[in-house]
Amino acid sequence: MSTTTHPSIPGSIGAAIPRREDRRFITGAGRYVDDIVLPHQAYAVIVRSPHAYAQIRAIATAAALAAPGVLAVFTGHDVAADKVGGIPCGWLVKSKDGSNMVEPPHPMLVKDRVRHVGDQVAVVIAESKAEARAAAQLIEIDYEVLPAVGTLQDATAPGAPAVWAEAPDNVCFDWDLGDKAAVATAMASAYKIIDIEVRQNRVIPNAIEPRAAIGHYDPAGDYYTLYTTSQNPHLIRLLLGAFVLGIPEHRLRVVAPDVGGGFGSKIYHYAEEAIVVWASKKLGRPVKWTAERSESFMSDAHGRDTIMTAQLAVDKDGKFLAFKVHNVANMGAYLSTFAPAIPTYLSATLMAGCYTTPAIYVEVKAVFTHTVPVDAYRGAGRPEAAYLIERIVDKAARELGIDRLAIRRKNFIRPDQFPYKTPVALEYDVGDYEATLALALKAGDYDGYPARRAASQQRGKLRGIGFSTYVEGCGIAPSALVGQLGARAGLYEAATVRVHPTGSVSVFTGTHSHGQGHETTFAQLVSDKLGVPFDHVDIVHGDTDRIPFGMGTYGSRSLSVGGSAIVKAIDKILKKGKTIAAHLLAVSESDLVWSRGEFRVAGTDRRKTIAEVAFAAYVPHNYPIDKIEPGLEESAFYDPLNFTFPAGCHLCEVEVDPDTGVVQVVQMVAADDVGVVLNPMIVDGQLHGGLVQGIGQALYEEAQYDESGQLLTGSYLNYGMPRASDFPFFNVSTHPTACTHNPIGAKGVGEVGAIGCPPAVINAVLDALAPLGVTDISMPATPEKVWRAIASAQAAASTRD
Amino acid sequence: MSRVTLQVNGKQVSVVVEPRTLLVELLRDKLQLTGTHVGCDTSHCGACVVHVGGRSVKSCTMLAVEADGATVTTIEGLAQGGKLHPMQESFHQHHALQCGFCTPGMIMSAIELVETRPHADEHETREWLEGNFCRCTGYHNIVKAILSCRDAMREKSA
Amino acid sequence: MRDFQFHRPSTVAEALHLLRQASAGKLLGGGQSLLPVLKLDMAEPSDLVSLSGVTELRGIRTEGNQLIIGAFTTHAEVAASAEVRAKIPSLARLADGIGDPQVRNRGTLGGSLAHADPAADYPAAVLGLSATVHTDRRTVPADRFFTGLFETALEPDEILTAVRFTIPQRAAYAKFASHASRYAVVGVMVAQYPGGVRVGVTGAGPSAFRWTAAESALTARFAPESLAGLTYPADDLTSTPEATADYRAHLLPIMTKRAVQTALG
Repeated sequence: MSTTTHPSIPGSIGAAIPRREDRRFITGAGRYVDDIVLPHQAYAVIVRSPHAYAQIRAIATAAALAAPGVLAVFTGHDVAADKVGGIPCGWLVKSKDGSNMVEPPHPMLVKDRVRHVGDQVAVVIAESKAEARAAAQLIEIDYEVLPAVGTLQDATAPGAPAVWAEAPDNVCFDWDLGDKAAVATAMASAYKIIDIEVRQNRVIPNAIEPRAAIGHYDPAGDYYTLYTTSQNPHLIRLLLGAFVLGIPEHRLRVVAPDVGGGFGSKIYHYAEEAIVVWASKKLGRPVKWTAERSESFMSDAHGRDTIMTAQLAVDKDGKFLAFKVHNVANMGAYLSTFAPAIPTYLSATLMAGCYTTPAIYVEVKAVFTHTVPVDAYRGAGRPEAAYLIERIVDKAARELGIDRLAIRRKNFIRPDQFPYKTPVALEYDVGDYEATLALALKAGDYDGYPARRAASQQRGKLRGIGFSTYVEGCGIAPSALVGQLGARAGLYEAATVRVHPTGSVSVFTGTHSHGQGHETTFAQLVSDKLGVPFDHVDIVHGDTDRIPFGMGTYGSRSLSVGGSAIVKAIDKILKKGKTIAAHLLAVSESDLVWSRGEFRVAGTDRRKTIAEVAFAAYVPHNYPIDKIEPGLEESAFYDPLNFTFPAGCHLCEVEVDPDTGVVQVVQMVAADDVGVVLNPMIVDGQLHGGLVQGIGQALYEEAQYDESGQLLTGSYLNYGMPRASDFPFFNVSTHPTACTHNPIGAKGVGEVGAIGCPPAVINAVLDALAPLGVTDISMPATPEKVWRAIASAQAAASTRD
Repeated sequence: MSRVTLQVNGKQVSVVVEPRTLLVELLRDKLQLTGTHVGCDTSHCGACVVHVGGRSVKSCTMLAVEADGATVTTIEGLAQGGKLHPMQESFHQHHALQCGFCTPGMIMSAIELVETRPHADEHETREWLEGNFCRCTGYHNIVKAILSCRDAMREKSA
Repeated sequence: MRDFQFHRPSTVAEALHLLRQASAGKLLGGGQSLLPVLKLDMAEPSDLVSLSGVTELRGIRTEGNQLIIGAFTTHAEVAASAEVRAKIPSLARLADGIGDPQVRNRGTLGGSLAHADPAADYPAAVLGLSATVHTDRRTVPADRFFTGLFETALEPDEILTAVRFTIPQRAAYAKFASHASRYAVVGVMVAQYPGGVRVGVTGAGPSAFRWTAAESALTARFAPESLAGLTYPADDLTSTPEATADYRAHLLPIMTKRAVQTALG
């Protein structure tokens, strides 16, 4: 149940307005990539490697080519003959010694060696999908299977098979951050060192819409169009155009229409996008590819998959003195677009959490394995940091005999300490961690917990409660900084605001909405700032031919960065509007005040509305033409000064069935500070979704590879997707402190659920199992794992007796 | 090839299909009713749920030829004369959708629940959604929307 | 999916004829098991003979102490049947827990049994409820029906027509479902008859089976405590990444106990 208050002024900031985009989705009128049918469209099916690592000795395509309806078959040889570039990585990380990360080639179609199950080897294009599928089965590939390394644990073992010859010990880079010497000094004199090893299970994003792409080459204008399931069409245009196919931007249009969820997995540039565009030109026909779900499992970038060991030095009162982290992160077989940045700049930099730990040192070793590339998944690096910190803090409390909340409060950065510079490179602008903790305890009726625990016990269940007080970083920026850190792109956002002659408004944003509700919330923002009715504002996104530029939607950046660009453009509109209004009213600009859509002559009732100003701008009969141009349209690029730092407290209560090991979440409370809230209904929805992905990771989901690199969980038969029956209603609320450096005060809400929640869940499970002597469990805490933990704790106890 | 004659959203249609054609392919590819989606290949996700003879089925797990003579309702057939079905309206009012991809199947499934089990409580509602995955909403507002629609429909019939 | 010839006969005799004429024919029930198999190209029949038009395969009726359910009766029909709910409520509840509502609306009793998925629910009921399986030519006792992983006593050209369940004094089904697939990791049907107790187990092994040791213990005294100390050897059970044989062996007595508790009310 939401405790968020909903001020109800329609069209204004803070109103819980139902989404305007809903209508098309609830009537079946949404337009997703697979819904698009272009005239004369052909269908592509990708032939994928069944092996984790193998040399392609030969590919026989004749039978497929002769099959009914087949138009073409292409292999890596065709790609090489056309001198097509590889799929690029968007971030360069340097090792401690200053050397660049190992950046292996990532061909569109593999010619020589496949490096993961699902690696793309050939494409069959036919008149129908059924014909393409049937023909794909006729392609004979002679593989020489090679020994592979399928798991992170095995990647760095002595003698492990090498994924890339140029990466000794499978190391992509070996990076560090922080003051190693200061940490060593603090550790040496600490009262106690708390040790922990935690594993981030590997998860599969599973947006319900499978990826799809249509390439369309039009020879008349030598013009290419790509329809794709993307979170960032401009980024795809840049990567595909400049790095892979060598198409200049003005000849390439990328459209991301309605997109059915992303969660990170649709940020990246994938080979299939390049294949359909390239093949369309070769065939002279539009080419469509749509993933089967079984393909998604083995070709969408996976998430997380790290092993972290850490030591926390504490004094006898529980004050944190130093924190040292060693993180081994799986990159998969190739570097996906943002992969190197995730364990480093998006995770190591958050290792202070919301605590005043004075010395921190983090090492990150990124390694290759014969698995699908691993990249950002909802939370992207921050869940890894939050999980490690919140697990070790609980452990410290237990080992020191201090209350779990007391140890957190003792180490919180206090509101008066902001801006607060952490030892791992960030400066938090604002926050109030005690406030969200108190809110969570109240919302979750912490005082009533002992009674609830007793009631569970009556029913033969073990109840546990767990907390996480986390902080995360959104809207990664500024561009100059990320450039120094290896980003190969800027991380600003762009917007164009067009006020039409009669006062209606079109806003063109470079962010992309694939569930977030931008068409509603951005319209609220514009309505509020421009003083025009909500219904007179349209938000346009997802088409590089309509939107001047943009960096897309990920890292919870859309409102704080994209929204700020819109505000900046509106500021320009109002500046110009003021000049026009002053002219029309024959007063000086300094006599005018702007209020609720009108320029008013101070102290009088003389005024001009924004619609009147717009009309004058487009019909400039009486106009200050000597000072300004006609028209009322402005563009702005907003480059943030800093990250934003959402934070909060998640409280989870679980019941464990001690006989079967089944864990049931019986209460989930999220009290978050996501900054200023534009539409609380949408904010709550983002939180609910994030929580389910967080609980999913903590209890159900895991992509498992065996040692040879076979994916054991390749379908919904064995990958545990969260379902409605897994959850109670959630209890979410917000307590805003306004971000100090963007004009909206928003911080970001897309990922906090998935970031704050997993440690709260696992801490609750461990709290429930503590009376049985269980002190550790890894994610996902499946029934069998819980049963085994109980059994081995009991066995250990009976040996002691 | 086989000829299939069926009623879709109140209209009689007759099309020639390969026997292997799935009902969802008939709807999407032959009739351009693209509101029904395909989200998996193992009959788990429920993005493709439509009504056949008034009961919800996964149209990806039914041959088009098996629908010969049947009455089929898809998401496109729910709103009457521009007026949304109460379940569509409830999904909208409760923010029970985000990306919208699972929504058609979710709504079709939910309608059968309230029609056949008008007294379903929260628990039964959640259990009923076993065959419908949503990755965006955490199911929270979906369950709220269904329960609210159930109440409204019960009041109306009372 | 490879294309095939499609037939929709209206009698069992006609269906048999079509099946025999085909080079590699297959029967189609509700399609909830077969279609996923076809979509993954794991079977490529020349002909599909749909039983959806064969009315003689439908219906539910009672004869003495037997409840007879036609092969082409959907799970939803079994779950909703007043007859089944009155005579064997545990069977109605089992049917109401198969897969999801859409699977229950299409999937049929006969289709499920002929497919013989080792983790399907109905096999536990067939074994536990002392059923006989009727075909176009014979009757097969439950104990001889399931012969192995996805294997039954049915001949390739044989049509399962009905299942005759024996109405128990009391019975209950307890299922530990896979979180991912919702199939049974361990599913146990416990049924008490004047002549003794039957315990049918699905999910745990490569094929459904009866747990005779539990049957003896429960026949002596129908109470959860009778199962105390009883274990099942893990060696004979299935191991998957989701649930190892050890864990299934651990769950088997627990689920059996829970079924007994439910049966006792």
